[in-house]
Amino acid sequence: MFFLPLIAFLIGYPFVAALILYCMKRHGRARRYFIFFSSFVVIASVVLLGVQLLTGGDVSYLPETHVLDRVILCAEIILAGVIVYFGARHRRYDVIVLSVVQTGMIAWLELTGRTEMLSVVKPHILLDKFSFVMCVVAGVVGGLICIYAVGYMKEFHERHTEFQDRRPFFFAMLFVFLGAMFGLVLSTHLLWIYFFWEITSLVSFMLIGYNKREESVKNAFRSLWMNLLGGLGFAIAIVYGVCVLHISTLQDIVACADERVIIPIALLALAALIKSAQLPFSRWLLGAMVAPTPTSALLHSATMVKAGVYLLLRLSPVLGGNLAGTMVTTIGGFTFFAASLLAISQSDGKKVLAYSTISNLGLIVACAGVGLYEAAWAGMLLLLFHAVSKSLMFLSVGAVENQIGSRNIEDMHGLIVKLPELALVMILGIAGMFLAPFGMLISKWGALMAFVDADNLLLVVLVAFGSATTMFYWTKWLGKLVAVLHHSERLPNKTKGSEWFTLCSLAVLMVALCFGLPFISKYLVGPILLGMFGYTMPDIISGFNLNIMTVMLVIIILLPFAVRFLAFGKRDKLVGSYMGGANQGDDRYFVDSFGKRKAMYLSGWYMPEFFGEHILLKPVLAIAAAALILLLTIAIGGAV
Amino acid sequence: MNDLYIRLLCAAGYLVLAPFIGGLLSGLDRKLTARMQGRQGPPLLQAFYDVAKLFKKQPVVVNSVQNLLIVGFLVFVAFTGCLFFFGGDLLLIFFALSLAVIFIFMSASSANSPYSSMGAQRELVQMLAYEPMILLTAVGFYLFTGSFAVSDIIRSSTPAIAAMPGVFLGFSFILIIKFQKSPFDLSTSHHAHQEMVKGLNTEHAGNILGLIEIAHWYETVFLLCVAGLFFITSDWYSWLIALAVVLLVYVIDVLVDNTFPRVKWQTMVVMSWAVTLVLGVLNLLILSLINH
Repeated sequence: MFFLPLIAFLIGYPFVAALILYCMKRHGRARRYFIFFSSFVVIASVVLLGVQLLTGGDVSYLPETHVLDRVILCAEIILAGVIVYFGARHRRYDVIVLSVVQTGMIAWLELTGRTEMLSVVKPHILLDKFSFVMCVVAGVVGGLICIYAVGYMKEFHERHTEFQDRRPFFFAMLFVFLGAMFGLVLSTHLLWIYFFWEITSLVSFMLIGYNKREESVKNAFRSLWMNLLGGLGFAIAIVYGVCVLHISTLQDIVACADERVIIPIALLALAALIKSAQLPFSRWLLGAMVAPTPTSALLHSATMVKAGVYLLLRLSPVLGGNLAGTMVTTIGGFTFFAASLLAISQSDGKKVLAYSTISNLGLIVACAGVGLYEAAWAGMLLLLFHAVSKSLMFLSVGAVENQIGSRNIEDMHGLIVKLPELALVMILGIAGMFLAPFGMLISKWGALMAFVDADNLLLVVLVAFGSATTMFYWTKWLGKLVAVLHHSERLPNKTKGSEWFTLCSLAVLMVALCFGLPFISKYLVGPILLGMFGYTMPDIISGFNLNIMTVMLVIIILLPFAVRFLAFGKRDKLVGSYMGGANQGDDRYFVDSFGKRKAMYLSGWYMPEFFGEHILLKPVLAIAAAALILLLTIAIGGAV
Repeated sequence: MNDLYIRLLCAAGYLVLAPFIGGLLSGLDRKLTARMQGRQGPPLLQAFYDVAKLFKKQPVVVNSVQNLLIVGFLVFVAFTGCLFFFGGDLLLIFFALSLAVIFIFMSASSANSPYSSMGAQRELVQMLAYEPMILLTAVGFYLFTGSFAVSDIIRSSTPAIAAMPGVFLGFSFILIIKFQKSPFDLSTSHHAHQEMVKGLNTEHAGNILGLIEIAHWYETVFLLCVAGLFFITSDWYSWLIALAVVLLVYVIDVLVDNTFPRVKWQTMVVMSWAVTLVLGVLNLLILSLINH
């Protein structure tokens, strides 16, 4: 068996690549090619892993890891040291306290030998199909984002000369992130997961603060303290699990029959909710958009927030029908609705995407919390589709921003004429987020059906209303993109080759996923769920319905050709749009009431007086915080 | 196999007959409206004459994308109805309908015209208002019959209305929005008192407008049949009851259209969400409690 070297390579290589990249201080071809090479190596090893996994079965490794455990402990102390350093430099003592307390707890646990007694026969590494799916998300989507970053960061620093150029550090951090993510999803021992979990918290802190502006630093610290709070929950869960319940791996928790296991489960769920930016902790992810776009794409689609929902989906079988599960579903369902409501009033493209991420993750979280086979099915597919469409959206917004100098949705008016290729990619990305017959909708559909079957009417209602609000903000964006202005010029498309490569790959990947859904469901997600729940279910979305969806997809693809073939609209007379007779030659100017020529400006509806952050955010945070504290207290208090 | 042929026949029958029924209903609407206002009114077939005229006119567009998008709208509205008559999955049917509406929204937005763009935004607000109730209607049928498939729902032994009168009323309420009837004809209206010309349809003219009219006929027939679904059981006479109720719903909508003045979008959203919560959600709550 050559799994173990491959796994070690997959986790280790990104760290080595990061070290090399950090040392390559000169901008130029060498670094560019090294990043391309490393990304392809990562993608190739994930593919290789998949090929081997599909021919073999699940495998677990490394029961005895005394030396490695010590190395990890040292690394954890170094991590804490870095946090203490930054906390002291910026006088953020809350961060120092959080970090020192949890690292102290873990160190105490290890140095007193309490974990060793337990983990004699316990594996530390587990490779199953679910870890593989997560490796695909982190490796393929993350790798593509790294490729994109090469071209993007060059333009970014040409445009923003006010920021210090720290690209070696930036690229290094991207690869550390990938390595940590691989480590996280391939580990099964809680201490190891915790270690990689902390790396992702620290690295996202570094990446968010990249610009070193006051705002970046503030947002970076917000992200850090929230995620450290989650880390503290994680550490307490481990200590409790080891000392009281004598369990140390994720598999143990799922299999544990002791009633008190609900305590570590609730605490792990809390850590996962924070990492997935669920309300009331969503603000760290919203603040993360101050960083350059590849960071946002990485945090939102391939890594970070996906780590949270990954953990929840792993715990899904034990979340069904208990208070920890109720906490997770309530927070998730509420976040799905509230975040989509908040997205309506936003016109900043990245902010809409951020709210949409929070909202979609809320749905995945709710799916995990229900604890049913079909809900977890929907959650896993949502995770997969969201990774691809969201990275596509972020990266195309970034490319547009580099071209037109703005990421405001209002400034994308008429993009279909100005930058048709980018607009088409963006339209595909938006369609992928919410429209039939694309992947996200199928999973959302599955989620709705699962919630009905789980008799969770609250979730059903939240999904029904949340779907309506989701449709509102995406469609509004769509309308902006397709506006056709008369006499507008095509802008020269200066998008870099590396950016195009990533955008096209993701677009192809998304369409392929839509067509490949039945196979993914049958050969990948089905076996995972069988392993998790111990039973299997017939197709959640029947083959007949999937065929109908495929027919719809084909109709959409054929429509332009059919219209052209039937010569529809060949005799059309092209006229200017109607402005009550006040046009000034084209559809850009009109005569105002003073007889002056005035430029026309068409805006989408944002309705800030109803859906604005200043109206909604505070009550939403308060409700979510109250619900979380209440449910967490009851869940833990009930089990003690 | 026999079953499949019957289902295909139903879908094909809808595809062919729905425009005629829809056109007649539209004629009936105008006739009724005229009588309510004490006028003679146009002949019953006026809607057909209008559309025939539209196709004879010179096609005028503001951009060439509109043709594609409007054809997409028509195709997906017809597709929605066919899927319904084929006995397909209610949720998928409603998703397909949303897709169709997004096509016409995109066409209106692409025109880059003040009136049409305003109408398009209002159309979106309308979707925001009615979408939750539509989804909950599908959920209601599932809770009642245990299946989302229309082919299973029509085989039920008791009519759905017995268990979910609230959902039926809620659905009938949002039908006013879908039929573009006053007080909720915000995005575009058949009436002359429109503060933004023809709203959504300002920049649609000639054959394109004709296609939109036909699509609306398809849509009207489909939506009324969903309302009828509440009354249909495996007994033959239930179909007659359904037909009578559906006609009654349509006539009431025409009456409402002539009685109430148009409201602001805020009122519309608040009203339809309140109706959804009070009638729809409460009904579903009771239904799921009974199911236990």
